[in-house]
Amino acid sequence: MSETLFEKIWNSHIVTEKENEPSLIYIDRHLIHEVTSPQAFNGLRIYKRNVRRPDLTIATVDHNIPTTDRSLPILDETSSIQIQTLETNCKDFGIKLFGKNSKNQGIVHVIGPQLGITLPGTTIVCGDSHTSTQGAFGAFAFGIGTSEVEHVLATQTLWLEKPKSFEIMVNGKRKNSFAITSKDIILSIIRQIGTDGGVGHVLEYRGEAIFDLSMEQRMTICNMSIEAGSRAGLIAPDEKTFDYLKNREFTPKNYDELVDDWNENLHTDSNTQFDKSFTINVDQIAPQVSWGTNPSMVCDVTQTIPFPEEFGNGVSNQIKSAEKALAYMDLKPGTPITEIQLDRVFIGSCTNSRIEDLIDAAEIVKGKKVSPNVRAMVVPGSQMVKYEAEKLGIDKIFIDANFEWRESGCSMCLGMNPDILKPGERCASTSNRNFEGRQGVGGRTHLVSPVMAASAAIAGHFVDVREWC
Amino acid sequence: MEKFTKVTSIITPFDKINVDTDQIVPKQFLKLVQKTGFGKYLFYNWRFEDDGTLKKDFILNNEKFNSSKILVTNENFGCGSSREHAVWALKDYGFSVIIGTSFADIFYSNCFKNGILVIKMPKDFVESLFIYEGNLVVDLENQEIIVNNIKENFEIKQDKKRRLLDGLDDIDLTLDSENIIELFEKNRTIPSII
Repeated sequence: MSETLFEKIWNSHIVTEKENEPSLIYIDRHLIHEVTSPQAFNGLRIYKRNVRRPDLTIATVDHNIPTTDRSLPILDETSSIQIQTLETNCKDFGIKLFGKNSKNQGIVHVIGPQLGITLPGTTIVCGDSHTSTQGAFGAFAFGIGTSEVEHVLATQTLWLEKPKSFEIMVNGKRKNSFAITSKDIILSIIRQIGTDGGVGHVLEYRGEAIFDLSMEQRMTICNMSIEAGSRAGLIAPDEKTFDYLKNREFTPKNYDELVDDWNENLHTDSNTQFDKSFTINVDQIAPQVSWGTNPSMVCDVTQTIPFPEEFGNGVSNQIKSAEKALAYMDLKPGTPITEIQLDRVFIGSCTNSRIEDLIDAAEIVKGKKVSPNVRAMVVPGSQMVKYEAEKLGIDKIFIDANFEWRESGCSMCLGMNPDILKPGERCASTSNRNFEGRQGVGGRTHLVSPVMAASAAIAGHFVDVREWC
Repeated sequence: MEKFTKVTSIITPFDKINVDTDQIVPKQFLKLVQKTGFGKYLFYNWRFEDDGTLKKDFILNNEKFNSSKILVTNENFGCGSSREHAVWALKDYGFSVIIGTSFADIFYSNCFKNGILVIKMPKDFVESLFIYEGNLVVDLENQEIIVNNIKENFEIKQDKKRRLLDGLDDIDLTLDSENIIELFEKNRTIPSII
């Protein structure tokens, strides 16, 4: 019987199943951070349970961690307590922690692949919705709640209903593959299928335009699968995948053997029917900019802010929601995107904080200065990314242009550490969510690619980055 | 977990689409390390003015809904972040049933783990509830919502129903199958991380 890639991974992880009931699925990799785990460890303590497989579990601190000098104490007491709680929990339960001062510390979804912990064909969970990032390696990687974190800690399994399959066929060739990024591709997809288009489904991204992308670019695509409501997103592994994971710190010793097996098995069989399908052509995609308060409220940089009626297309709920979004964003319909003035620029987050993102952004910034009206910052996704960037001299390019060059973490993607927008501030951000208050109460977020964010920082407003390169 | 019983209550009509969990509990309250006490942070930025006073036009601030246990919502409720804090806040605030047209996957699953019954209903029915002011009865055992003495059936997976009604602990149930997990592990080829 022909199967999708997802079905193959699912089937190979069924511990037990009954008809019309959820299946018990084995979890190969469990990643943990400080925000969604304390209550899970508390639960283990109350019921006197152990962590079943500490050897399949790793932890890091990313959400709360300040991105300033790591040798200084953490001033926010509640953040400090949460970080200490993770340290204690990892010590008590024998879990490896990449803590505050570790060279491997970083955003959990960035370090997984960098360390060779993320592997094709595996099931990967984390109490964090952007776990979907790691689907770029042909893994079934998905976010879970804290009760499920506790369940995985105690049993290394989860009861799951099998999601449906959704093919996203990405055809064509980008006209300018430097200016048109994978961020623009995924924003275009969400713009069309909507924030609930993928609910109950696992997306499989396929087609020549996907395999044309580097691993890091593919991660950006899979990262935002959750913004379309899907359970996960994945891409079949190829030579680029196998090369990326080779010789990483935790790459398994029998890697070549595993690659042979993955090569043979990890793909969707020809003529397999998906439950749902969507096709997009990247030939005509322009740089994308979000204008509203969810990631489907997006338009081309060359367009103007839409009228709610036009966006809602006659659906009253959508019109109402666009009106509310525009009021929050303080934007008027008909305004050209390139006339939107910015206060802040944030280059970072699990969506776009990897070395290639920073290299591309630096290419735009080189020899220029950040607009005097803008405060701009770069937050590398991990200490490894930061180290690599500094080796390449990229930090100097940003610093010379008046960007702030920070330590690694989630930072202003969600502002749980001191990096937040002030009320009313408007930010071009390479992150994944433009929800109300996401980057700070009253803050206004526009989602863009790293090169779009970099050019906006220089100009002080959005520009069509294609004109710059 | 407490056993789920029949719920009789007025509803809180919450007619918004794509309500994300960042709105249900904003990030500034995710730093707590316990599960309790999140009710006061529910919809914080929508519920309170900057000075901490209640926003008059926000539905939850209307006193007549104070005792409501049933939230009625619109499309794609609970989207975005996986934070279970959103569910702890809804539960602690007093909601034990959420009725709506569609829900985000992780949020849906999180609710059941915390004893909140989530019911997906057709658009027309949900819209009729937005303007309904009487008491509603939600009878999980019989899978019925009773509005004005008229019974409306709802669908729910039987395992979810059973777990709510019996207040069963998921982990206990799974650990009953520990020998199957062990057997599965023996045949695994994916190596440990460390």
